[in-house]
This record gives sequence, structure tokens and C-alpha cells, in this order.
Amino acid sequence: MELDYGLTEEQLMMRDVARELADKKIRPVAAEYDEKNTFPWEVFKEIAASDLCGVYIPDEYGGAGGKTPIMNMCIVVEELSKACAGISLSFAATGLGTIPIILHGSDEQKKKYLPDIASGKKIAAFAITEANAGSDASAIETVAKKDGDSYILNGTKQWISNGEVAETYTVFAMTDKTKGARGASAFIVEKGTPGFTFGKKEDKMGIRASSTRELVFQDCRVPAANMLGKPGRGFMIAMDTFNASRPGVAAQAVGIAAGALDLAVKYACTRKQFGKPVMANQGLGFLLADMAMKVEAARALTYATARTVDKGEGRPTKYSAMAKCFASDTAMQVATDAVQVYGGYGYMREYPIEKYMRDAKITQIYEGTNQIQRDEIAKALMKEAVSGKDD
Amino acid sequence: MALRIVVCIKQVPDTTEVRMDPVKGTLIREGVVSIVNPFDSYAVEEGVRLKEKHGGTCTVVTMGPPQAEQALRDCISVGADEAYLVSDRAFAGSDTWATSLTLAAAIRKIGFDLIICGKQAIDGDTAQVGPGIAVHLDLPQATYARKIREVGEKSMIIERLLEEGVETMEMPLPGLITVVKEINEPRLPSLKGKMRAKKYELKKLTAADLDLQPGKLGLDGSPTRVMKIFAPPPRAGGEVFKGEADQCADKLVAVLAKNGVV
Repeated sequence: MELDYGLTEEQLMMRDVARELADKKIRPVAAEYDEKNTFPWEVFKEIAASDLCGVYIPDEYGGAGGKTPIMNMCIVVEELSKACAGISLSFAATGLGTIPIILHGSDEQKKKYLPDIASGKKIAAFAITEANAGSDASAIETVAKKDGDSYILNGTKQWISNGEVAETYTVFAMTDKTKGARGASAFIVEKGTPGFTFGKKEDKMGIRASSTRELVFQDCRVPAANMLGKPGRGFMIAMDTFNASRPGVAAQAVGIAAGALDLAVKYACTRKQFGKPVMANQGLGFLLADMAMKVEAARALTYATARTVDKGEGRPTKYSAMAKCFASDTAMQVATDAVQVYGGYGYMREYPIEKYMRDAKITQIYEGTNQIQRDEIAKALMKEAVSGKDD
Repeated sequence: MALRIVVCIKQVPDTTEVRMDPVKGTLIREGVVSIVNPFDSYAVEEGVRLKEKHGGTCTVVTMGPPQAEQALRDCISVGADEAYLVSDRAFAGSDTWATSLTLAAAIRKIGFDLIICGKQAIDGDTAQVGPGIAVHLDLPQATYARKIREVGEKSMIIERLLEEGVETMEMPLPGLITVVKEINEPRLPSLKGKMRAKKYELKKLTAADLDLQPGKLGLDGSPTRVMKIFAPPPRAGGEVFKGEADQCADKLVAVLAKNGVV
């Protein structure tokens, strides 16, 4: 049995569809894509055909988000990540690129961009990071200069998930450098726009089925109508996006941890030493029990956070940071322990478990390092203590 | 041309999970998950693909107990338009003759241009019901279809996978085919498909809806009887000769000569 998280009938269907797809279409090819470091187009087509791409997109724009878009997204990301976190990122990073449009796009922008993303026809990406602007988003050097009814973008974005494979990019650039973080704005940039090209393709430790590239803007002319919100709102849009997207990273981490745990338990029950399954040794049994508890705790925090985000009351920054941080630390710990359960076999590429350990690491780093998450949580705690009110 | 396609399916126990009762020699059905007969899922996929390509409808039909409803819903979730449950106590005990006669009557009532069946069910393994339906409806049939090459106004061209090779034939329409697993790769259920399957109102046919004489139904209408079901004893392991190859060869020849084989 599974813990009853009160999922709706529709959410249970999303889970079942994603689970079957993960088992039948992702698991068998996960090692191959990891090895080849290529984007899983065939699998993404399957995800699109399964109608899952729209689970976090509003119904009026072709999705099935309803009143629980982030929870829906989490359910799907978790299931896909159990089989391969690299492949699941094609879906999850599209979510990250799309959430700014959902939250801050005009009706016209939503009508233009969301239906194709909901149907899986197009992939999206989110581009804020640069060589000198990681955790410090105010250090962005990409500029967008107003020129008539368009903006001219110049600069280079780094480590962009779904870079090149995406058609729709949410790009952050400075429209007024003198104002620091308040001088950043967000734009929707379409692939194929003159002046927009792709740079270095990264060779990563994990999530190798995900395409990670540089985006290069050289006098790239973007219509002013493609700006999200108003000039100078970029930083706020990014923070709103992270509040909604970090539960998705948490769900990815829960999926990695749960996937690793499943494999470790099965292995411990079949691997025999000293004439009995290694699971029968208390030392290993206790290790697996601790892993299972951590996974369930991470899942509970992730789901509760996703639901709070969906409720849309107040700023869930603290909880989104907690879910992302706790779940990703859990994923790293559980995946590392799962390798330990496999012993020497666990260290071999021939076995599936070491990949979980490599994939888990990124969840502690991207969408804000876990140090940044703890910083957010601490700031919120301090603010609450000083003001006597919830953040 | 738009085709009215009818696909026959059967709900079967998932044989990857079935165990035999070693004493009674029967299948232990308790706690075993029921699935759509795997060969029938290829038939459903082919029906849905033909409909998507040429237009028309894909209707699934099954004869079985009320719980077979779930198998029909599974077919809706992967793209079938309509589903008929042919169910009545009067059908109990049907052999392949009575089953194919009953299904033929139901399909005649539903209306069709093409009937698709899986080559056989994984529980009974008779491979008789599909051909039986064709005979009862006086239709041409092509069994073991591995590919539908062309669909014309009045006929279709089919490749049949036979033991000696592949046979390409033209079959007039209306007609019946049974398919092998080489024909396609069935899709997974989509979210919209599952939602539709959940809400879909199944169509039901009982003995009273079919134009059949009572004596032709169920056990009474079944000319065959199952005498005994048993698990054949496992084959005893052969003798393995170990050692140098030439010595093994000598021993082997000696044994073969002793038994009058050479």
C-alpha cells in the first residue's frame, strides 16, 4: 500500500499514466541516454502523447491544471524521475520555463505560447544563469536595450536546461543596469529569432539525457510585446517562478530517492552472502528503513508545499525552499546509501544504481543551491520573528 | 475509406503471475490480476491506427462476465471509440464454437466492415474463436496478420506470418483478420483516454438482444467438453557428459548405439 495523500481521482490517473510510461518507456532506455549524453526525443514524444505535458497548465489554454497545477506537476515529475531524472527534466525544465508565462503572461501571450506547450508540441526553457550570475541574479550581464517597439538582447546565458531543444525561452536581461535587481526584465524569446544561437553543450556528471547549453544573444531583436509583465519586474517574476517551481525540483528529488530505494530493497532481498539475503542483516535493514523514512518525509513535505503553492495565499518562499532543500538532501543521502547497499556492484556503471547518485547531486545545486535555500528559510524565520507575522 | 472496425477482446488472467495448483492441476485464479489478452491489445492498436488513418470507428467487444468491463475500459483508454459487453448467464460454459457463434451474432448487430482479433488468447490458446466468427458470418479471413499493407474500397492487402515465411494476400471486405504481435507496438493509455474510459457508458448486449436459439448458447450449444486439465510432469533432465570432448563423444555414441538410435 501507499500512504494516502488524498490525491483526486484525476491525480491518481496522472500518477498511473506517468508510472506506466516511466516503467515501459523510460526505464529501458535510461542507461543508453545517460551513456550517449543525448536528448530523448523519442521518449518526449511518448510523454506528449500521454497528455501529461499540460497537467500544470490552465485548462483554458489547453492544459489540465485545474486548481492544483503544481501538485499535478509534482506527481508527474516524481514518477518520471523514479526511472530517470535526466529524462524527467525535459518535462520539468519545460515547467520552469512555462511557469513565468502562466504567472505573469498576458492573455495574449498565454494564448500564443501555452497551448503548444500543453500538447507537448513545444518544449520550453528558463534562462537566468550566466557565468557571473548564479545565486546572485542581480549580477546579470545580458542587456535588453529598447529600440522602437522591440528590445535588442546581447549576452550569454549558461547551463540552460532544454537549451536548443526548446522552442520557447523565458530569458532574463537587464533593461536598466543602474537599478541592480530592479533593472531586470523577463522576455519570451522564440528559437530561430535572428541573433539567438546556441553555444557550448555541457558534458555533465548526471542528468545526462538533459540538454544543457549556452544561449548566445547577439543583437537579437525581440518584440516589446514579448516582455512578461512590466520593465524592471524580472527579478520578482523569477522569485515567483521559483516559489512555484522548487516543489517540482523537490518532486524530482523524491523520485530519484524513491527509485534508488526500490532498487536497493530489491537488491538487498536477492543478494546472498553468508547463506542469506543481505537484507536479513540488521545493519543493512536499518539503513534501508532509514532511507524509506526519509523518502516518505520528503514526499510529505513536497506534497504539502505544492498544495500550499496551489492555494495561492501568501508567499510560500520558505516552504518551497524547505521542500527543495530537504528533498534534494534526501535524494543525495538515499542514492549514496543505495550504492552502499549494492556494495562493489553499486560502484559499477553496469548496474543502474550509481546513476541515481550522479543524478541526485544536481538537485542540491540547481534552482538555487541548498545554501541559498537555507538562507531563504533563515531570512523568513527572522522576518517572522521580528514582525510577529508569518512571511 | 472510412471503416467500421470491430475488435474482439478477451479478459484473461495475467499469466506472468499465474500459478498452477499442483494437486488439482488447475490455474490458481485468486488474487491474479486480469488484463486484456496481450494479442488482443495488438488487435485494438491496429484497429485504432486504421481508424486514425482512414477514418471510421473502432469498437471493441468482449463476451464475458460483468467484471470484463474493466478490460473494455482499458481499450477505451488507448483509443477505442465504443465498447460492448456481451454478457449473460446463458453464455456460461461456452466452448469456442458457442463463443464464436455468440460473438458473430453480436458483431452482426453492431455492424462492421472489418473484424480484428488477436491470434489467440493466452489462457485457452485455442486460436479458434477468430476463425470461428468468420465462418459463422460467412466472411473471408486472414489469420496471423503481421502487416496491413493497403486498405482499398473493397479489399485489403495483408501479410501473414506463417511458419515457412510470409504470405501476402488480398482479402475482400468485409472480412476478418487475426493479428500477431509483430504487427505493431501498442500505445500506452493517455490521460485523456483514461478520463474518457472512466466516464464511458458501456453498451451491453444479452442473450435476449441476439437472434440466437437457446440451444445454441452456453454449455448446451457447445459440442466440445473439457475432459481433464492437468499439468504435464516436468521433463526429467537428460544425461550430461563431462570431460574431454573426444571421451564425451565416445560415451555419447555408446549410449546412442545402446538405445538403437545409431
